[in-house]
Amino acid sequence: MNWLPQTISGRVYTAVLLILAPAPFVFEWINQPFYLDLLSRALILAIAVVSLNLILGFGGMVSLGHAAYIGIGAYSVGIPSYYDYYNGWLHLGLALSISAAFAFVTGAISLRTKGVYFIMITMAFSQMVYFTFLSLEEYGADDGLVIYSRSEFPEWLSMDGSTSLYYWIFGLLLLSLLFVRRLVHARFGRVIVGSKFNEQRMQALGFNTYRYRLVCYMISAMMCSLAGMLLGNFTGFISPDMIGWARSGELIFMVIIGGAGTFFGPLVGTIAFVLLEEFLSLITVYWHLIFGVMLVALVLFGKGGIDGWLSLLDRKRAGNG
Amino acid sequence: MDWNLLITQLLNGLQLGLLLFLLASGLTLIFGIMDFINLSHGSFYMIGAYFCGSVVARSGSFLAGVLFGLVGMFAVGALVEWFIARKLYRSDHLDHVLVTFGLILIFDTLVHLIWGAAGMAIPLPDVLNGQITLGSLVFPVYRTLIIVAGLLVAAILFVLVTKTRLGMLIRAGASNRSMVEALGININRLFLFVFALGAAMAGLAGMLIAPITEASIGMGNDIIIVAFVVVIVGGIGSVKGAFYAALILGLIDTMSRSYLDVVLNLAMPVTYAETAAPALSAMLIYILMAAVLAFRPQGLFPPAGMK
Repeated sequence: MNWLPQTISGRVYTAVLLILAPAPFVFEWINQPFYLDLLSRALILAIAVVSLNLILGFGGMVSLGHAAYIGIGAYSVGIPSYYDYYNGWLHLGLALSISAAFAFVTGAISLRTKGVYFIMITMAFSQMVYFTFLSLEEYGADDGLVIYSRSEFPEWLSMDGSTSLYYWIFGLLLLSLLFVRRLVHARFGRVIVGSKFNEQRMQALGFNTYRYRLVCYMISAMMCSLAGMLLGNFTGFISPDMIGWARSGELIFMVIIGGAGTFFGPLVGTIAFVLLEEFLSLITVYWHLIFGVMLVALVLFGKGGIDGWLSLLDRKRAGNG
Repeated sequence: MDWNLLITQLLNGLQLGLLLFLLASGLTLIFGIMDFINLSHGSFYMIGAYFCGSVVARSGSFLAGVLFGLVGMFAVGALVEWFIARKLYRSDHLDHVLVTFGLILIFDTLVHLIWGAAGMAIPLPDVLNGQITLGSLVFPVYRTLIIVAGLLVAAILFVLVTKTRLGMLIRAGASNRSMVEALGININRLFLFVFALGAAMAGLAGMLIAPITEASIGMGNDIIIVAFVVVIVGGIGSVKGAFYAALILGLIDTMSRSYLDVVLNLAMPVTYAETAAPALSAMLIYILMAAVLAFRPQGLFPPAGMK
């Protein structure tokens, strides 16, 4: 059985990916399209959470404004579609370039601050985005904007149909996971992780940590805008509500459930969050209470999130064996 | 130019500023002394309004509602400090954000459970429902009361912070916590008091605004963000800074909402001005905060002794 991953966490994550890969066919087979919708939404959010984890978990940059980039991505689909421009490359290009530009400007200012100030300034910038979309009467303001048709791509890349869209999402998610893993293991990532723990030492080693962090922040923002672009296509309806600061808080929550600074934690954390939200809200209208208690308990007692618990199992097993 | 409108808007701005000060003064002390980020401070604002509303509904007296609300909020604040915040002072800020975000969910749902999903209107006694007429200027009595009450609380807080032994400890705690501890002060009791006082003041702000807007679930979740902006702009830990920043931001927000389109109209056509003005006026305070953070991160009026 050497081909099996050696750790429990490795096995769990492999199993999760193996379950996710054929999901559309399974759900079609058992005739449950609702679950495919649920899973698609979870995986879209997972891309955003993976991107947040890159700066929060690995880089120690706690952004309370990451939902802004979901909004930028979603409106990059919504506004061109409003004028009947459905070209997918256009949408993708707008999402990536606008989020990169916005992240460059706001990141350049935010990253001059540390700790609490960084949390607050990222929140402030995302509130600016929120109020901008809230006041754009032309694009629905707080009523939101309906997108009548999905982004158009060449035949083999088409997003039409829930199965193709699912594989778009799944594919981009896999790419994001691999990309973050590659990035963190590269020299660039080492500098980012190093400056989380001891920025002065990294600077003494000759690295301009500010620039590294800024580039990292921009990369994360661009990844997050991909999630927004997919979300716009998936829901066919976008509104400023996607950008509010509580949304950004939820994204942090998902990172923490899964385990900050781990490669697969964000994915399982997001799936856990979305499934819990769905099923708890079926049981009771007061499900936020359970969520809140969980969140408080998670911080007070359950350090490390799901990934942390799984590696705890690994360590126990290693101790016994 | 309509001078009456201008004066009315100035008074509205003052009212908003004072409400923000009630929220932000507690927030800035908790932030400055305990180094604790309390996102759920806005929940105190909401719960205060509901406490007050329940008592008014039973007793019919607004004053009784406010007094009971203040005592109740002091207790709620003390409980939150005792059971939750206290355990987190030494953890990092991310933990504060997460736990207090969780508390917001808990408090919002508890209010939903106890008082239901609909908002709660708080009726005012007839005395407070009238208008004050000064020449051609007409201003509601109740809004005047908010301004007077806000100024009164600010004055009391100033005396407390600058003239009493307790205030001295609070200021010392904001500047250098470990030194206060080293001098043998029971820091836990000080923290408990400051947290509860902050909760009571946030609750008072909620009680004062609720007769105008009615108490509703999540009413604190937007204003708390503005209160944070006040805290940052004023300088973390500084009550004086919170006061000036609250008034400045309250006035900027109110005035820009009513006059920004006129100002913009000087530079661009009416249609553009009318589109840009609401967005820009909603953003102004955040732009101000970003500017302060970028150029003067310690805030405009930082407490003495802070680096």
